Amino acid sequence: MGRSRSDLIVFVAKRLVQLIPVLLGVIVITFFFTHIAVSNPCAIWSGPKASPSTIAACVKNNHFDDSLPVQFYYYLQGLLSGNWGTDPLFHTPVLPYLLATFPETLELVLTAAAMMIFVGIPLGVVAAASNGRIADHVVRIFYLSGWATPTYIAGVLLAIGLGPVLGVSGGAFSTPASPVPVITHMSVIDSIIALNAGATADALEHLLLPALALAFINMGIATRMTRTSMLEILPLEFVKTARMKGLGEFWVLYKHALRNALITTTTVLGVTVGTMVSGTVVVESVFKWPGLGEYAYDAITGYDFAGTIGVVIFFAVVVVVANLISDVLYGVLDPRVEWR
Amino acid sequence: MATATVPATQAAGASGSVVPARPPGRLWANILLVLRILAANPLTLVGFILVVLVSVAAVLIVAVPAVSLLILGHSVSILPYPALDAGVFPVGQSPSATHLFGTDAAGEDVFSNVMTALPTDLGIGFSVAGISLIIGSLLGLVAGFWDTPGTLSAAGSVAILRVTDIFLSFPTLVLALAITAAWGRGEIQSELAVIVTWWPFYVRLTRGEVLSIKVQPYVIAARAAGVPESKILFRHVVRNLLEPLAVYFSLDVGTVIVTYSTISYVGVGVPPSIPEWGNLMYSYQDSLLTQPWTVLSVTAAIFITVLAFSLLGDGLRDILDPRSRRIMATTAAASGQAERP
Repeated sequence: MGRSRSDLIVFVAKRLVQLIPVLLGVIVITFFFTHIAVSNPCAIWSGPKASPSTIAACVKNNHFDDSLPVQFYYYLQGLLSGNWGTDPLFHTPVLPYLLATFPETLELVLTAAAMMIFVGIPLGVVAAASNGRIADHVVRIFYLSGWATPTYIAGVLLAIGLGPVLGVSGGAFSTPASPVPVITHMSVIDSIIALNAGATADALEHLLLPALALAFINMGIATRMTRTSMLEILPLEFVKTARMKGLGEFWVLYKHALRNALITTTTVLGVTVGTMVSGTVVVESVFKWPGLGEYAYDAITGYDFAGTIGVVIFFAVVVVVANLISDVLYGVLDPRVEWR
Repeated sequence: MATATVPATQAAGASGSVVPARPPGRLWANILLVLRILAANPLTLVGFILVVLVSVAAVLIVAVPAVSLLILGHSVSILPYPALDAGVFPVGQSPSATHLFGTDAAGEDVFSNVMTALPTDLGIGFSVAGISLIIGSLLGLVAGFWDTPGTLSAAGSVAILRVTDIFLSFPTLVLALAITAAWGRGEIQSELAVIVTWWPFYVRLTRGEVLSIKVQPYVIAARAAGVPESKILFRHVVRNLLEPLAVYFSLDVGTVIVTYSTISYVGVGVPPSIPEWGNLMYSYQDSLLTQPWTVLSVTAAIFITVLAFSLLGDGLRDILDPRSRRIMATTAAASGQAERP
């Protein structure tokens, strides 16, 4: 075990193999929790005016007359062969829809993560550098208020309150001013590919508020972690050395000290991505953002089991991969870590 | 603080024949120390006072009507008006002396609605965090303490950890939403759904603490001296678990309130007939621009409650951790007097 490139590849491969039992567990738990509670959703799906024959056909198509383990066997079989079930209302297949909406959510989550990193972390440095003085208290109040503002409240305040006041409309529009070809399903990247400046500005404008709503609760976590570890690092000898050899305060703080402080901050990345992914369910439905979160909302409230399990699988993969990335980053930042 | 420690030693000497586990004066010195730390950290003190105020208000809101019904024969509430009583007052009035937080689009008193929801949300916060604490810490204790490789209990520990790992890779809110939706709308159902997703965090925390306590020199010494395992478990391991769990629990009550009210906001949690902050937020959100006091009242209620628990948890961590307690006490003393003999 060492730090060569092949060690890293083995490490990542091992972690990806470990993903399989975790995913299986996720599928089992979601499947049984939903199916035990509502053993036969056909009556709900078909509506109050459905004829008994329609309901009977629905029961037969979905194997609801079989025992739960048998139903699970059918579901797993479909899952492996790429048939993730269909939407009960429009009978559209789940998997292609998930694949098409996933980039939309990824765009939102990545933007929120970028806000968290480029605003949250510097604030932590500022707070630590002015330990105990007024800037420190202001930053502390900022991160605690982020923590005390649930994502849905941030969403409502930004979407219904701030958005109209500023004239910035958050969320996705059904008819963009100048349509661009859909390639990646990420509105900003699509408009950049089309070299359409107006559409890019439009896409960024729509991205800003939902991403801010999503980032707000997590920004404080990055600030707080950075502040704590900077406070531990600033009194160390190498920081004094850097100052003594005449480096500017900016380079001392942001190059020498922050690089070491970030080692602990990266460990919370996985957790915060989990919170953000959960948050998309609320933010996307408030801002009408056509991503996985809004799909999850519709699937969950509409007793769409196939859709619910599908979304949960996607979200679980995101959380596990985010944890893997934070582990790799941890190793990259800390040269003492060996890949194993 | 030499003055506080001198009576302590004298008291211990006077009651020497009783052989107390702790000299009685130590308690008083500890209380003084905690008070001084609180005074040096005004934000912690604010959190502590807010938690007490919010809890007392919640108890009074529930208890006063019940007790008065028992004693006076009719129910008296400390709130000005009954909650969710539509159409009684003029619609959309701004805050005034008769309606502290104004009235909403349905002609209800916003103050009464928001305050009636307080015991519900606070009770849910305490019960979900508390039950998760009990389940999770017991499992974590088992998984951390009995993990000698090759034994039957080690297999059990591994099983607990694997299940925990699976739950930790779930986005909590999504699983809780899916379970609540499947189980049907209701206070108990949604509470259970949150607990299902909540206990694994306590397993991870407890197991990590147990693993680090187990290898402490005092535990190894006790074991070498022949102290029975049960005594090591309760006197050393469990005793040292209480502090980190207390800190995490106090932070967690606020987090549960945030998650739980989100489930109600989405529309699968508490039925709309029960005043709850997520429910109220959902019904008020469209009047944010026309009647801002409605949304802002609910926001303030959640904000203050969650902030209070975060401040308290933050401060508790400093007070309960002996290392940071010593550092803080010396900074609090400011003049640098000797703290302990």
